[in-house]
Amino acid sequence: MSKNTVSDRFRKVDVDEYDENKFVDEEEGGENQLGPDEAEVDSLIRQGNLMGALQAVLKNPPINTKNQNVKDRAEGLVLKVLSSFKSTDIEKGVQSLDKNGVDLLMKYIYKGFEQPSENNSAVLLQWHEKALSAGGVGCIVRVLTARKTV
Amino acid sequence: MSLYSFGLEPLSCHAWNKDRTQIAISPNSNVVHIYQKQGKEWTKIHELTEHSGRITGIDWAPESNRIVTCASDRNAYVWTLKDGVWKPTLVLVRINRAATCVKWSPLENKFALGSGAKLISVCYFEKENDWWLSKHIKKPINSTVLSLDWHPNNILLAAGSADLHCRIFSTYIKDIEDKPGPTPWGSKMPFGEVLLEYKECGGWVHSVCFSPSGDALAWVSHNSAISVANATQGKEVTQLTTGHLPLLSMLYVSETEIVAAGHDCCPYQFSYKGPGCLEFVKKVDIPKQSSKGNMSAMQHFRNLDKKATTEEEETGLGSLHQNSITQLCILEGPKAKVEKFSSVGLDGAMVVWDFKLIKDFRIS
Repeated sequence: MSKNTVSDRFRKVDVDEYDENKFVDEEEGGENQLGPDEAEVDSLIRQGNLMGALQAVLKNPPINTKNQNVKDRAEGLVLKVLSSFKSTDIEKGVQSLDKNGVDLLMKYIYKGFEQPSENNSAVLLQWHEKALSAGGVGCIVRVLTARKTV
Repeated sequence: MSLYSFGLEPLSCHAWNKDRTQIAISPNSNVVHIYQKQGKEWTKIHELTEHSGRITGIDWAPESNRIVTCASDRNAYVWTLKDGVWKPTLVLVRINRAATCVKWSPLENKFALGSGAKLISVCYFEKENDWWLSKHIKKPINSTVLSLDWHPNNILLAAGSADLHCRIFSTYIKDIEDKPGPTPWGSKMPFGEVLLEYKECGGWVHSVCFSPSGDALAWVSHNSAISVANATQGKEVTQLTTGHLPLLSMLYVSETEIVAAGHDCCPYQFSYKGPGCLEFVKKVDIPKQSSKGNMSAMQHFRNLDKKATTEEEETGLGSLHQNSITQLCILEGPKAKVEKFSSVGLDGAMVVWDFKLIKDFRIS
């Protein structure tokens, strides 16, 4: 008989950590990824150049970095840009992106869905609708299958 | 196009005999049914019941008329027809996980078996002891092997795996074959040598296919993308991301045209002309003719009473298949100029696609 039959701490052990043949994603140097340039994006928003701000905020996505702060900052910046668009301009904004841009935008949108708040849900849903008609369901599938995301 | 329904159960896999008068299918169970074509109907003539697990792969060698089946019970059997009855021979594949896919080599002297044991078992017949032997390819596979395809030279084998890699291995077995000549993929080919290892597939690689000449390798992955690696251009890979649901099976129908199908329930045609030139051509399907006749007043009120709406709702999909397509198979024509191909799906139906009936099909 085991000595201790009361504690169930063993149930919380992560057995995958002890697996010798565990699948590990290849580490790619993500230390240099800092996310989109905050200053550049802010100045473009202030100038009213929302298309430019959208292009700028989708540059340098922090995909490979493990630094959560960088990722959160990038997400916050993207949300700022998305919220500053007028509803009627969203479609034009999405049209100005190439295939990879739409995929990246969809990744940020779903990241935003993870933390719904009063301000961002409606905006994100409008962007989601336009991005879906541009990228198709394949775009959403790529958000789900991406091993490294924003 | 003709559609034949084999029942309600999903069809996991299928294979044709040499003259396409017989089809072997498995209805998501541990049994293989062989049907014979009689006019427009198919009648069952054989049942192959040796496996104890769900059948995951069937391949029918056209020249030697042997069937190889593999299942989740970690076994593979080679079936030979003796006196009108199919007799199984167990193959010692030595895997400790389910088998996932099986394919005869072009010369039918060996077959490759992919498994969840993170290895490929290449099996060949040893005449002296009258049994099937297997050799394993393990490194550097890190997860389940999901799909296999042979190069026309009978030596190179492409494997798509759940570790997000697509690889080409050499399966040269010196006991049964001559040393292969050099190919655009490489010239040193000892058993197990990796001639291509592509790691940015983006998702599980569901299906791989060599072009008819063997100089290009295409695969479809779970991130809704199709990719082609070109040996003559330095093994450069071109990937095309699509807006459709992931594709599960694909075929080369000419040196440049590819047909692929999957969770969108209809085949799509793609064209590869060179590095950077992989493009979507069109959807291969006949749109369903919906019969929206005039409804009588009685019908209107009946609908209102039953369904609280007067609109006629479409409950079926607009495509021929009503559920995901699991496997495509060449039916007629050499690999370089396929004229008909077949598809089976989770809806239990088998559809024969005829390129003569598909308008504007281009073969360059």
